[in-house]
Amino acid sequence: MSEDIKNFLYLNRRAPYGTIYAWESLEVVLIGAAFDQKVSLAFVDDGVFQIVKGQDTSDLDMKNFSPTYSALGDYDVNQLYVEQESLDERGLTIDDLMHLTWEDEDEDWAEKDSIRVVSRAELAKIIEGQDVVFSF
Amino acid sequence: MKFAIQINEGPYQHQASDSAYMFTKNALEKGHEIFRVFFYHDGVGNSTRLTSPPQDDRHVVNRWAELAEKHDLDMVVCVAAAQRRGVVDDGEAERNGKDATNIHPRFRISGLGQLVEAAIQSERLVVFGD
Repeated sequence: MSEDIKNFLYLNRRAPYGTIYAWESLEVVLIGAAFDQKVSLAFVDDGVFQIVKGQDTSDLDMKNFSPTYSALGDYDVNQLYVEQESLDERGLTIDDLMHLTWEDEDEDWAEKDSIRVVSRAELAKIIEGQDVVFSF
Repeated sequence: MKFAIQINEGPYQHQASDSAYMFTKNALEKGHEIFRVFFYHDGVGNSTRLTSPPQDDRHVVNRWAELAEKHDLDMVVCVAAAQRRGVVDDGEAERNGKDATNIHPRFRISGLGQLVEAAIQSERLVVFGD
């Protein structure tokens, strides 16, 4: 395998259960974590619903995969961008989202927030700085 | 330039596979390299040899297979997505106790690591889908 390290962004644009894109995106993230790239995730449009807390799919006959997002920190996936405008347009705030954290090995395993709310303009710059954008 | 291609939608329902085919074919004809074509989500449906479109329509699966034959293309179908959607090769049929296979022999079933590797090894990853 090449030793190049690239900036990978997974762009999550869709609500979690209406289509399979969100879940199959997460499967790529988990597999991709083994490749030691610089990984971040972005949640935009209805994609912000993927990380809303208190998800309950018991009436849908579908697996609730939202706990998987809490495990991302253990895979060294700890840069999660959420677009402010997408939250605003849906009447959501950061308090409606799961509290996703990671432990910083370099600071005595201090617990840090994985989610960063950014503006649409900031996110555009973040996307521009990527080598690879997986769009789901 | 070296490209990786990802196709996220099935044949006929959606233009993604057609657009990806046109892009891949033209890129190859202009001398570019296609490191791999990766079929994900419903895109795995582009690989079944049992597809039988009307005679006056394009044959999406055979068209990919012919392009792959001509240019020695590596066309990979995601195993997890394929298992969910009933796309089966000999190995998967044996592993999962199925009585048939349906994959076209020009395609191969493998893991998501093949997609990540393709993105690392290529200069551009081009994703086709909504």
